[in-house]
Amino acid sequence: MTKSVLRGLRAAALTGTLVFGSHQALAAENPIKLGVLEDQSGDFAAATIGKVHAIQLATEEINKAGGIMGRPIELVAYDTQSDNTRYQEFMRRVLQRDKVDVVFAGFSSASREAYRPIVDQFNGFAFYNNQYEGGVCDGHMIVTGAVPEQQFSTLIPYMMEKYGKNVYTLAADYNFGQISAEWVRKIVKENGGKMAGEEFIPLGVSQFSQSIQNIQKAKPDFVVTLLVGTAQASYYEQAASANVNLPMASSVNVGQGYEHKRFKPPSLKDMFVTTNYIEEIDSPKSKEFYAKFKAKFPSEPYVNQEAENSYLAVYLYKQMVERAKSTKREEIRKVIALGDVCMGAPEGKVCIDPKSQHMSHTIYLAKVGADHSISFPKVWEDIKPYWLGEAGCDLTKKDPMAQYTPSNPPPKP
Amino acid sequence: MDIATHVFSALYQFGDAFAFLVLSACGLAVIFGMMGVINLAHGEFIMCGAYVTAATVHAGLPLPLGILAGTLVSALVGVVVELAVIRHLYDRPLDTIVATWGLSLIATQGTLIMVGSTMAGVGTPFGSFQVGDYSYSIYRIVLFCAALGVLAALYALFNWTRFGVLARATIQVPHMAAALGVDTRLIYSLTFACGAGLAGLAGGLYAPTMTLVPTMGATFIMEAFVTVVIGGADVFLGTAPAGGVLAVVKSVMTSWQGQLFGQIGLLVAVIIVVRVLPKGISGFVLRERT
Repeated sequence: MTKSVLRGLRAAALTGTLVFGSHQALAAENPIKLGVLEDQSGDFAAATIGKVHAIQLATEEINKAGGIMGRPIELVAYDTQSDNTRYQEFMRRVLQRDKVDVVFAGFSSASREAYRPIVDQFNGFAFYNNQYEGGVCDGHMIVTGAVPEQQFSTLIPYMMEKYGKNVYTLAADYNFGQISAEWVRKIVKENGGKMAGEEFIPLGVSQFSQSIQNIQKAKPDFVVTLLVGTAQASYYEQAASANVNLPMASSVNVGQGYEHKRFKPPSLKDMFVTTNYIEEIDSPKSKEFYAKFKAKFPSEPYVNQEAENSYLAVYLYKQMVERAKSTKREEIRKVIALGDVCMGAPEGKVCIDPKSQHMSHTIYLAKVGADHSISFPKVWEDIKPYWLGEAGCDLTKKDPMAQYTPSNPPPKP
Repeated sequence: MDIATHVFSALYQFGDAFAFLVLSACGLAVIFGMMGVINLAHGEFIMCGAYVTAATVHAGLPLPLGILAGTLVSALVGVVVELAVIRHLYDRPLDTIVATWGLSLIATQGTLIMVGSTMAGVGTPFGSFQVGDYSYSIYRIVLFCAALGVLAALYALFNWTRFGVLARATIQVPHMAAALGVDTRLIYSLTFACGAGLAGLAGGLYAPTMTLVPTMGATFIMEAFVTVVIGGADVFLGTAPAGGVLAVVKSVMTSWQGQLFGQIGLLVAVIIVVRVLPKGISGFVLRERT
């Protein structure tokens, strides 16, 4: 090993930078720099390491096929350690020092709201490749994950019809859980049901005996579990061992934390999840993606929906840059405004909605069986992220750089 | 619902909170409360116990033997850590914070790199039983009994055995104990290993009920420290009443207002106890007795 290589390695080690995927033949070209801020350690790591791998996979494929407009993609990845302040620190670093063209960042909604003002301030361009509570109307952001009108307006009415109208919500106590619970409340009311109860659990709590008893006391027909992080996932095991035996509905479980693989059956029996991708989806495109993923990362425990969101986001970015013939945000947004940025993803066809810069999705209803096998009782194709547009967010006209909720909608003009 | 159902449910929730507090804390009560080593890697000893338990159960061992294996491996790791690091820092308590914090980071990240981001669970044994409208997990009763058993064993160990007397003597006046022919280095090692093993036992006992991830130790650490801090220096006279008081506060607040208020109540109770009884509950009890 030559001295300069050693020095380079040392510099990389010192700064914590790891640069992946620079293809030798293209390295002479001016690369397109893609920042990756994802949790590779800490409480959320189980759900998010796959996102980094998916980005590496897509980057390798694109670089092998000639890059974006002949320019290779160069990844600048940092481990954000499930820590919101790390997001702020590294977001400043990738935008100011590394001068990346685009950033793929964030798992928890708290981390997204921590870094979003920095992206706005430095006029950056970020992809949030994660399902979330919806409502971000920000021209600096593209969201490839699913939102409540896609996950809850399909899931909750299905559950109410099948099991009954008494609903109990158990949610993580931060912006994601609170706003998602608000969506559940709204949809339950619209469908003539009633909330049997609600409890919000601080992140990091792992003991649920009292919550389990509260649920039994309220006697709901099913429980909506919006629990986040590995500590809170202990709920399923504890509820199963106390024989709660109620159907569960969720927008985050299975599709993110693959709890059906981590816990011994039957603790997740009768869990229903609406997701836009999980590895069990049995379509040729899904199987092909899964095979490619496993070929590159044989020890990957699970290919979840956020991995697929991250994978398709790289291709989506490629398409937008090539059509805009530029990596400038303003030029790319002109392409988005045309309203026809679509692609064939592993889940099916997806398109960007120009008003909200969110994605349409195929939504799969996944049911966990007693042996933790997955079946898909229902599939909804081409569900649009309609709420922001209907509520009055139109990024083609105005960029408020804000997050809205059903109780705090965009101001009427 | 009749009175009996309510009473049983309150007792069950109290027992559940008590078991979690006592089992999280007992290892730390030995290492921090008694020996004075501020062990920030306590959670990682718990994680170690849980991982070894799960791994041995996956390998085909029955759960009780798996828990025993987890306890023993943690104790062994405790011996190694004591010999390599802690031994040199007994008269530098502030430095032990940095050293054990470093150990905890290494253990968490090392586990993530070597074992992966998650480990498959082993499933909770024994099933459930019904009282009135509520169904309960039998294993939770086992945990409560285990907490009582651990407390009784600690009391017996430190009061009735030769090792217990030597350990207390060594920690109170080390040079006097040494002058009387006690191998104080050995006693320190064994006492530390005892604390680490108790942490491993807590991990092993909770392994079937929790997500197994490298960061799982963090969910125990707050409860462990507050219990030991308000318990004070005596392992049995501190941990048992501290666990009792905090379990009442926590279970009442949680059933009244939910988990968030349970945690707030816990911390407020700690602030009040530390303010009123600066030497902890055991300091108060022992002063009353003399």
